[in-house]
Amino acid sequence: MKFLISLLLTALLSFAACLYFPWWSIAIAAFIVAVVIHQKAGWAFLSAFLALLLLWGGLSFWISNNNEHLLAHKVSVLILKMDNPYVLILATALIGALVAGFAAISGSFLRKSK
Amino acid sequence: MKVVPFLLSAALTTGLIYTLNTKTILPAPLGKLLSPQQGVWQNAEAANKDYSGDVSFPQLSGKTEVYFDDRLVPHIFADNENDAFFVQGYLHAKFRLWQMEFQTHAAAGRLSEILGGKEERILNFDRNMRRLGMVYAAEIAEKETAKDPEIKATCDAYTAGVNAYISSLTESQLPIEYKLIGYAPEKWTNLKTALFLKYMSLDLAGHDDDFEMTNAKRFFSADDFSKLYPAIHDSLDPIIPRGTVLAAQTVFPTAPAFADSLYLNNKDLVSLESFKPDRDNGSNNWAVSGKKTKSGYPILCNDPHLGLNLPSLWYEMQISTPTFNAYGASFPGAPCVIIGFNDSCAFGFTNGGRDVRDYYEVQFKDANRAQYLFNGDWKNTRWRIDTIKIKDQPDFIDSVAYVQLGDDWCPVMYDKNFSGNRTSNQKNYAVRWKAHDKSNELKIFNLLDHAKNYTDYQAAVTYLHTPGQNCAFACKNGDIAIRTQGEWPAKWKGQGDFIMPGTDTSYLWQGMIPQEEVPFQYNPERGFISSANQKPVEESYPYYMGRNYPLYRGIIINKRLNAMNNISVDDMKALQTDNYNEVADMILPLLMKNLQTAGFGAAEKKYYDLLATWNLRNDPGSKGATIFEVLFQKLQDTVYGDEYAKAPKVILRPFESTLVEGLLKDSAYKFADNINTPVVETVSDAVTAAFKKTVLMVKEAETKGKLEWDKYKGTRVVNLARIPVFSRTNLPIGGGVHTINAAKEAHGPSWRMIVHLTPETEAYGIYPGGQNGNPGSKYYDGFVDDWAAGKYYRLWVMKKGEEKDSRVKGRMSFGKGS
Repeated sequence: MKFLISLLLTALLSFAACLYFPWWSIAIAAFIVAVVIHQKAGWAFLSAFLALLLLWGGLSFWISNNNEHLLAHKVSVLILKMDNPYVLILATALIGALVAGFAAISGSFLRKSK
Repeated sequence: MKVVPFLLSAALTTGLIYTLNTKTILPAPLGKLLSPQQGVWQNAEAANKDYSGDVSFPQLSGKTEVYFDDRLVPHIFADNENDAFFVQGYLHAKFRLWQMEFQTHAAAGRLSEILGGKEERILNFDRNMRRLGMVYAAEIAEKETAKDPEIKATCDAYTAGVNAYISSLTESQLPIEYKLIGYAPEKWTNLKTALFLKYMSLDLAGHDDDFEMTNAKRFFSADDFSKLYPAIHDSLDPIIPRGTVLAAQTVFPTAPAFADSLYLNNKDLVSLESFKPDRDNGSNNWAVSGKKTKSGYPILCNDPHLGLNLPSLWYEMQISTPTFNAYGASFPGAPCVIIGFNDSCAFGFTNGGRDVRDYYEVQFKDANRAQYLFNGDWKNTRWRIDTIKIKDQPDFIDSVAYVQLGDDWCPVMYDKNFSGNRTSNQKNYAVRWKAHDKSNELKIFNLLDHAKNYTDYQAAVTYLHTPGQNCAFACKNGDIAIRTQGEWPAKWKGQGDFIMPGTDTSYLWQGMIPQEEVPFQYNPERGFISSANQKPVEESYPYYMGRNYPLYRGIIINKRLNAMNNISVDDMKALQTDNYNEVADMILPLLMKNLQTAGFGAAEKKYYDLLATWNLRNDPGSKGATIFEVLFQKLQDTVYGDEYAKAPKVILRPFESTLVEGLLKDSAYKFADNINTPVVETVSDAVTAAFKKTVLMVKEAETKGKLEWDKYKGTRVVNLARIPVFSRTNLPIGGGVHTINAAKEAHGPSWRMIVHLTPETEAYGIYPGGQNGNPGSKYYDGFVDDWAAGKYYRLWVMKKGEEKDSRVKGRMSFGKGS
């Protein structure tokens, strides 16, 4: 239950933060949620990781799909040297997930260290 | 305590964010770029995006409705002209902002600011632009334009519109190039519009070969020089037909008595290629009168040949106000419709091509360049200190000396501090460029957009000083006309071919050709006007026009138009996209006759047969075209390579016409001989040798599957930021520099337009690009394939009352507000 709530809150808070703040505010969001809803480091990481995996993965997929993957084809070649929109979407999801995950771990240790 | 794990994980998180937010560890800030809510995903426009909306601005005084059609061409209906130009600026910015800024940054020598100083090439480019006086010229133009209240109002409105759009942008809405390169747009100014127009002037009127020709003149004997770079061309078919009576000469430029000796001894040689505008920047235009058309109404055609880029130089639009209704191609970066038509007439341009950029050698008193010699006195240099900002590096300060030659202050472009890769830095060269002179170029476009008849057209074109253009005109009342327009320096024979001494007035331009003397045609007997960058008039013209002009498109266009009657729009489309190789027509029979086929092996026989059965058309799948074009190049190398082997690197190779005319005139063409061998080679030997080299090349091409002309040529439309994945390559289009369809590698018909001046204008157009400069939009390059296939779109001249037409896909309303 805690896991699910952390996941949902991290996703929501990250989305809201990115409406006004730079992209890395997802780390702040994940950190705050991990502090407020304490879980062991491993679970904190996983819930934040999954939250952003789904949020960034979902958003980028939805955007790209509406765009008929036109830009994703081009940008994947440019950045990843391969023509594959799905790899680009996966890369996007992983980046968000990793950053949030590690931020959540820090949050978990902070609370525990108190 | 779990402090350590906390600190470690916090450090790891911070480190990860840093890595993904900057270019220091990874080549790109991946976190920033790939964040769905801010990065490049925001540029992935929905395929069914609706461009409709309502916006209001305090600068507007009335209402403006913009209707977007299915090609995203905006049809602007404004209550007044200033509102229309405001909206034009807004739309240019909305769809092409990055391009506008990038092009004007390039013109201003500010690329180092955004691209950094890693490559010396970029800094040199910037210095080149500054030292040529691009910003200087733009400042003069802006001041002059500001004196014209109507044009100033137009520019102010345009600038305000651009800025209104820029102000509305959030970071996530920035065009993708800003995100990829890592900077943000700055405000637009009237100076930037002026800079953009000077950028076009550079492209069209910035070409010169003074250093190259000077080196050639010194290297070759006088006789050889005149044969390699003839000033007279037998096959020339000038824009104004031979025998046309011209206005009486009133300016009599005379060469200084000692011209020959002083003028030639430039011993300053050099390294490599510098930043020159493409020699083939030119175009075709023609207009046929009702006498020759099926409908009885005139047809005007124009296709400007420029670098092919994405986003395109051109942006299609219609602007309708109570005072004018114009449709055509516009320049993002400047107001008005540039090549197009209105309810009464159509207008188009080809490049005049005369040399208006001359170099003068200057003597400074000391190494500090504080004083220069002129007319026997030491005069004080004026300074312009250019600060070139370099991203992530300290500024570069370039102090450019300006000297007054006659009445004109000219920048000393090359001196000990900057060679432009053309000089050895030992001497000082000031550049006298017509684009520095006061002028009000925007006025011509404004007036043409409003023009109703020949008189209006005449009044408009005289405002075009630089770049000089051959302005074609056709009117619904039946008139057709062309004017070899420009404010041209009145030169004596040979003036400006080489670097000239700049220590007194002897070699300066002695005046301009008066506007009343500019050659033109108005409703000529032959029923058509045309131009394709050839010389404006026959070579007995008293004012010097220079030597190097393309001849062949002019020849074939006139041949065809002379022979055509009952002309339809389809005939004009076929002509504008014609791939017939006029150079091959003239020279191939001679080449075939001269091939010593006796010793041919299997490969040679094979390619010989392909060439012998070729239909002289540079069609996309043609193998014969490739063989001919390679042979022609190899022949030039074979014939002239030996003569040039020991020449300085900065030199001009002979004109193409030199070889063609030389061979046609003289069966014992002296240059065919290879001077490095004791034997005297004949033309036949040279052609055969060239053919053998050709076979090697085309054989290799064939193994790579590139023998077909379109594959060999590889026409491409190149992204301005040179991002390969945003470019379009290997387009299946034929043509080339020897055909009317002048599509070469990355250069060609950047806009094709055909206007039938019937009471309801029937017009067609296309350009290799798309209306939206965003690579994430389906409107980015939608026209490219159709353009390559030679197709045209019917241009919709929308009328009030057609708002419910199915072609309308979106509507933007602009109104007055805060």
